[in-house]
Amino acid sequence: MPLLDVQSLVTEFPGAPGGPGNRAVNEVSFAVERGKVLGLVGESGSGKSVTGFSIMGLVDRPGRVTGGRILFDGQDLASLSGEEMRQLRGRRIAMVFQDPMMTLNPVLTIGTQMTEAITAHEKVSRAESRARARDALGQVGIPSPEERLSAYPHEFSGGMRQRVAIAIALLHNPDLIIADEPTTALDVTIQSQIISEFQRLAETHNTAVIWITHDLAIVSRLADDIAVMYSGRLVETGPVSDVLTDPRHPYTAGLIGSVPSQNTRGTRLRQIPGMTPSLGRLPSGCAFRTRCDRATEACATVPPPETHEGARGFRCIHPVHPELLTQ
Amino acid sequence: MITSLIRRSIQALFVILAMTLIVFIGVSVIGNPVDILINPDANAAERTRVIAHYGLDQPLWRQYAIFLQGLLHGDFGDSFVYGRPALGLILERMPATLELAFSALVIALVVGLPLGLYAGLYPDRLSSRVIMSGSILGFSLPTFWVGLMFILVFAVELGWLPSNGRGDTAELFGVRWSFLTGDGMRHLLLPALNLALFKTSLVLRLTRAGVQEVLPQDYIKFARAKGLRESRVISVHVLKNLMIPVVTIIGLEFGSLIAFSVVTESIFAWPGMGKLIIDSINLLDRPVIVAYLMMMVLLFVALNFLIDICYTLLDPRVRMDGRA
Repeated sequence: MPLLDVQSLVTEFPGAPGGPGNRAVNEVSFAVERGKVLGLVGESGSGKSVTGFSIMGLVDRPGRVTGGRILFDGQDLASLSGEEMRQLRGRRIAMVFQDPMMTLNPVLTIGTQMTEAITAHEKVSRAESRARARDALGQVGIPSPEERLSAYPHEFSGGMRQRVAIAIALLHNPDLIIADEPTTALDVTIQSQIISEFQRLAETHNTAVIWITHDLAIVSRLADDIAVMYSGRLVETGPVSDVLTDPRHPYTAGLIGSVPSQNTRGTRLRQIPGMTPSLGRLPSGCAFRTRCDRATEACATVPPPETHEGARGFRCIHPVHPELLTQ
Repeated sequence: MITSLIRRSIQALFVILAMTLIVFIGVSVIGNPVDILINPDANAAERTRVIAHYGLDQPLWRQYAIFLQGLLHGDFGDSFVYGRPALGLILERMPATLELAFSALVIALVVGLPLGLYAGLYPDRLSSRVIMSGSILGFSLPTFWVGLMFILVFAVELGWLPSNGRGDTAELFGVRWSFLTGDGMRHLLLPALNLALFKTSLVLRLTRAGVQEVLPQDYIKFARAKGLRESRVISVHVLKNLMIPVVTIIGLEFGSLIAFSVVTESIFAWPGMGKLIIDSINLLDRPVIVAYLMMMVLLFVALNFLIDICYTLLDPRVRMDGRA
């Protein structure tokens, strides 16, 4: 049984009054095993972060989860009370956010923000929670952690703050960590350190990780599985090695094609034409068809159903390697 | 920290000095106190004597120099009207005004903060809309009119509360206070409410705006993602960020509560400084006016100083390290 099993998840934000809601997350299904890393990939506004917040039960009002099931360790999260959900958050499911500059409260010390995360779930003494916070800081490579406990967030660099956020996420050895583009706001050397640290810490604790990003290079390095999201739907899923070397969905192929290292030096960088459509004005049928050079009239009728191919799945009626299908 | 404190004090000294000049010249330009002070029937010799007695025959710069010299000894000169030291007159009335202003401030905070917090946390509820509409009333109704309505309703029609004076007082630290006796409390209630109305609306709207600014921040979401109880998220993470703008405004508004309690004091015949200054302006009692204005300058300088200190306590990003 996978640790996290998301089945046909739908998260809606109200649209025009009286009209249907806008589905930021539309019939999304995926599963994550313990100790595995899932890379959730997509452009801005594709619904990756909302998927993460839906699992945490922290979707911003007025948005809400309106369909599907989220099974965590066999338990339907929708059946939990607010208090039970709170006890799960931070203790068994932790989250790291994109912008380390905004994640920590500017007017509270690092020590306060760490110890409160401990005492929210366990009855421990002040001294003990401080000691644990100090150890957690040391674990993510923050020098002289004892003194840094009384420092405020503005006294840390962006990379250090992200380490603090990661240390907070790891305080209770959670079963699942949702990392929402945790390295996007950091420079490349720090990025690399954080990824390695994450990998090491996740491996030692057998933690499942959902790594939300738009950076395919990170996914290829870190993730076991990949799920590509476009306009609220998963358009392609499967093992990273298969999907990145041999994509089925034209969108995935376009994403891989626009990685700079794939382009010949001196030529214009390749890109996917057009822009992500806004949720309120999605094209009929396949949401990607207006930007897709393989699209035909058939694409406009219904959203393509999911085609399964071993451990992989994709939603396209004109996949990139159709000859494999006919075999 | 110490050096910046010293530098701040020197800066404050210059502000006060500049204000003495402005106040002194300003007061000297308006009207001639001699016309009011001296009996119109007095003869020329007596006129000259009185003018010389108050030093009004000296050139303005010398009058200013004499005034500054007196100031160094805490002497603002004697009131033309009462013939007693102006400072003493003001200090005598000060507790009444302080008591009124402080009560109003407490009411504004006790009522404004929770209501603002509620309206900010649940903006869609009907009760929140009622609160916000009410605050517009508190903002826009003129103080004097509300004061008169209070008297009309609670003192005249219902007869529940007295409408003027301080009532019984009790002594504490050598000063007489109304809030220590039941009767004094009853006298204090209406004027304090009247003075608090505007500030309550201000605190309420400020708090609500602050909540709505802080709530969507990532650090609030992260606090929830840590699994903190909602009560802690609100009372620590939201409130502490919220207090920064509120403390600033409250500090400055406390000064204005004292300085501008004139209207309320006049309506409720509250024997404070506000009433004294109005009478003094009518009679062109220069020393009292000057002394009052200087007290207000001192008050605002001191309040600003306190606000800065509160700031460094609340917001770790602000430090009095001299660079700011």
